[in-house]
Amino acid sequence: MFNRFYATLALTVLLSACSSGVKLNDVPVEDKTASAVTTSAPASQAESTVAPVMTGKAGTMGVAPAGLNVVYFDYDSFTLKPEASAVLERNAAHLQANKQFKVQLEGHTDERGGREYNIALGQKRAETVRRALTLLGVSDAQLEAVSFGEEKPALNGADEAAYAKNRRVEFKY
Amino acid sequence: MNLTFKLSLFGVFKRFFCAGSLLFLLQALVATAQFKVDVSGVGLTQVPIAIATFKGEESAPQKTSAIVAADLERSGQFRVVSPGPAALDELSRPDMPALRQKSADALLAGSATRLADGRYEMRAKLWDVVTGQERNEFRETIAAADLRLSAHRMADWVYETLTGDKGVFATRIAYITKTSGKYSLWIADSDGENAQSALSSAEPIISPTWSPKGNQLAYVSFELRKPVIYVHELATGKRRVIANFKGSNSSPAWTPDGRSLVATLSRDGGSQLFQIEVASGEVKRLTNTTGIDTEPVLTSDGSKLYFVSDRGGSPQIYKMSATGGAVERVTFSGSYNISPALSPDGRWLTYISRVGGQFKVQVMNLSTGQVSAITDTTADERPSFAPNSKLIVYATVLQGREALMTTTLDGKIKAKLSGQSGDIREPAWGPYR
Repeated sequence: MFNRFYATLALTVLLSACSSGVKLNDVPVEDKTASAVTTSAPASQAESTVAPVMTGKAGTMGVAPAGLNVVYFDYDSFTLKPEASAVLERNAAHLQANKQFKVQLEGHTDERGGREYNIALGQKRAETVRRALTLLGVSDAQLEAVSFGEEKPALNGADEAAYAKNRRVEFKY
Repeated sequence: MNLTFKLSLFGVFKRFFCAGSLLFLLQALVATAQFKVDVSGVGLTQVPIAIATFKGEESAPQKTSAIVAADLERSGQFRVVSPGPAALDELSRPDMPALRQKSADALLAGSATRLADGRYEMRAKLWDVVTGQERNEFRETIAAADLRLSAHRMADWVYETLTGDKGVFATRIAYITKTSGKYSLWIADSDGENAQSALSSAEPIISPTWSPKGNQLAYVSFELRKPVIYVHELATGKRRVIANFKGSNSSPAWTPDGRSLVATLSRDGGSQLFQIEVASGEVKRLTNTTGIDTEPVLTSDGSKLYFVSDRGGSPQIYKMSATGGAVERVTFSGSYNISPALSPDGRWLTYISRVGGQFKVQVMNLSTGQVSAITDTTADERPSFAPNSKLIVYATVLQGREALMTTTLDGKIKAKLSGQSGDIREPAWGPYR
C-alpha cells in the first residue's frame, strides 16, 4: 500500500507540474452554453461521456461507497496526505466496479482570503484528487472536479480546528 | 433609526470635530451609534452646505432633505450644517448673513407637494450663500414610490452644480446576503436603502457584476451544485446560463460593449481565463498557464485586462492585452494581492492585499504606481468603484458581522451602508442610469 500510494503521489506531482500540456478531457466537453434563446437551465446534451447537467441531486449519479468520502488538506496546500490513500483507493475501486457511476469531486477551502481566489484554490485541490483517481485507473469520464471555495464550510468557526475540517475535497455521487 | 438620519445628525457634530475639539465625544458617539462614519486627517476640502427641512416632507413617505444630506456627506466632499430654525422652501428669501455666520457656502431648500393623483411634485433651489445668488433649480413630478430615487437625483444635481462632477447617488449597488441558509441577490440604492431581491437560492451566489448598461447582472450561482455563470435581466427576471462547462465556471467580467464576458473556467484543467460571447456562447481561451488565472477585469476602453495569477508563486495582479498574450506584473508588494477593480476613469486600481494575516483594501495610482492601504478593518473583500471613480464600496467585517462600507479613495470618509441584517457581502457598484 505504501509503495502504491507514493507512486501515485509522485505521478500526481509530476502531472500537476505539467498539467497544461496534458489533455485532461479525452472527449471534448460539450458546451452547455445556451444559445440566443432564453433558457432557465442548460439543454441536455446527448454526449454520454461528459458530466450531465447537475440538478443538485447527489443520488442521480451513483451510490457512494461506505465510509467517509472526504480527504483533507493542509493550509495553502494541494498535496494529498498519506491518510488520503485509503479513501482514494476505496473510491477508485468502487468507480471501476461501477462504470455507470459518476462522482463530483468538490474542492473546498477555509474562509480566509477572497471568495473567487478560493474557488480557484478549491479547484486545484479537486483536480489533485481527480488526477490521483485517474492514476488509480478510474475513467476521467466518471469524474468532474469542481470547487465551492469557501462557500460551504463543513464546520463554522474561525479557528484552526474548523479550518482543518474545511480544507477538503468531498466525493459526491 | 436609519442611516440617513444618523448621518445628518453626525454632520452637526462633525463641525465641532473639524474645529479641532470634541474628538473624544465624537468617538463615544460613533461607538454607541450603530452606524460608522470615520473621518480622519486634516485639510479636507469640504463644501459646507445648509440643507433645510423641505416643506411638506413630514407628511411624505420619505424625508428628502435627510436623504440628500446623507448622500452629500458620504461623498466626503460636503459638510452639512443646520440652516437654523426658520422654515425655508424654494420660494423663500433666505437670510444670507445669518447663513454665512453658520459658515455655510451653499443652501438647499425645497418642497414636496402631493398631487391629486398621488404623485409628488419635488421642487428645490440651490443658493450660493457667499454671493447671495441663486445657483440652480430642481423640479420633477414622480410617483410616491420614487421619492427616494428623486432625492438621490437631487443630491446628484447639487453635487454636479457645486463640484462640476457627476454624482453617483442615483446609481445602484448589487450585493449578496446569507440569512439562515438562504442566499439572496439584492439591488439597492447607493446608500444601501430600498433593497429589492433579484434572486434567492438555497445555494451560494457570488460575484455579481453589472452589464455596462446596468440592465443585467452576471453572477455565479451554485444552484446546480457547482459554480455556473448566469446572466440575469433585472427588469424581467429572465435568466440564462452563460457558462456551465465541465468543472468550475466563475468570476465573470463584462467587456465594455456588453457583448462578451471574460470568466474563469476550469474545463481544460486549472483555472484559466476565457472570453465567452453572450449571444453565441462562443468561447476563446485567453491565458495558458499551469496554475491559477482568475478575477479578470477590463479597462473602460476594453483594450486591457487586469487579473490575478499565481504564476509567480503567489497571487499577484497582472495585466495583458484583452485578447491575451504577454503579461506585465502590476503588484509587487506582499505575497497575496487579489480582487482587482479599475476606476472607470482609468486612473486607479483597487484590490485586496494580505498584510500580516489581515486583508485590506489598497488603492494604486496607476500613473505613479503609488499604493495606499485605506482601511483600518482586517477582513476586507471585493472592492468596487462608483461610476464617477470617486468612491469605493467594499465588504468587510465590523464587530464580528459582515458589512458593506463606502470610502473615498483617500480613505478619509467612510460610511457603513444600511441594509439587511445577517451576513452581507459581494458588493458591485452599478453604472450610471
